[in-house]
Amino acid sequence: MAGIGEFIDNEVKTNEVVLFMKGTPGFPQCGFSGQVVQILDYLGVDYKGVNVLADDDLREGIKTYSNWPTIPQLYVKGEFVGGCDIVREMFQAGELQSHFEGKGVAVKQAS
Amino acid sequence: MAGPIESAMREKLAVAFAPERLDIINESHLHAGHQGGAMDGTGETHFRVRILSAAFEGLGRLARHRAVNDALADELAGGLHALAIEPAAPGEPVRW
Repeated sequence: MAGIGEFIDNEVKTNEVVLFMKGTPGFPQCGFSGQVVQILDYLGVDYKGVNVLADDDLREGIKTYSNWPTIPQLYVKGEFVGGCDIVREMFQAGELQSHFEGKGVAVKQAS
Repeated sequence: MAGPIESAMREKLAVAFAPERLDIINESHLHAGHQGGAMDGTGETHFRVRILSAAFEGLGRLARHRAVNDALADELAGGLHALAIEPAAPGEPVRW
């Protein structure tokens, strides 16, 4: 579908923090997506969750958009940060908090 | 016993990275019932790759993951559904 790249690009650029995931933040349908949700919620970051299971074009389109073959995918201020492994590693190293702060995204949890 | 996907992964990662250490762990059984039961946990759908290679020196996290994903592009386009990657360069602390 021609419009899917445009849809994704719009989501990425109009939301400060957006997570493409399986399921929703309230009900993740995959353990990897669930881990990223837990980390973002722990940090108290406002983000938009986009459920790729809702649309096959979206599910495939997001992989093409970032040239990244797996889901979840986290974007901050229009920039791809990584999937579950990278987000978790950054969080454990304290780098995710500073990444958000460096981008001017409010983090409620003191690091 | 390693199945065909695991064997192909091992061979491709060995060629691409000449790793000092390479652990390929089949975690498919942890995901039994995933996707409405389409995955019964006995297959080769979910893997964890722990790879220690000098090829990762000087590369950031995204670049390391992209390099591994690229090496396994055929598998990811086929039956390999999820891939956890723990890349490290020599001298970096790892917990494995």
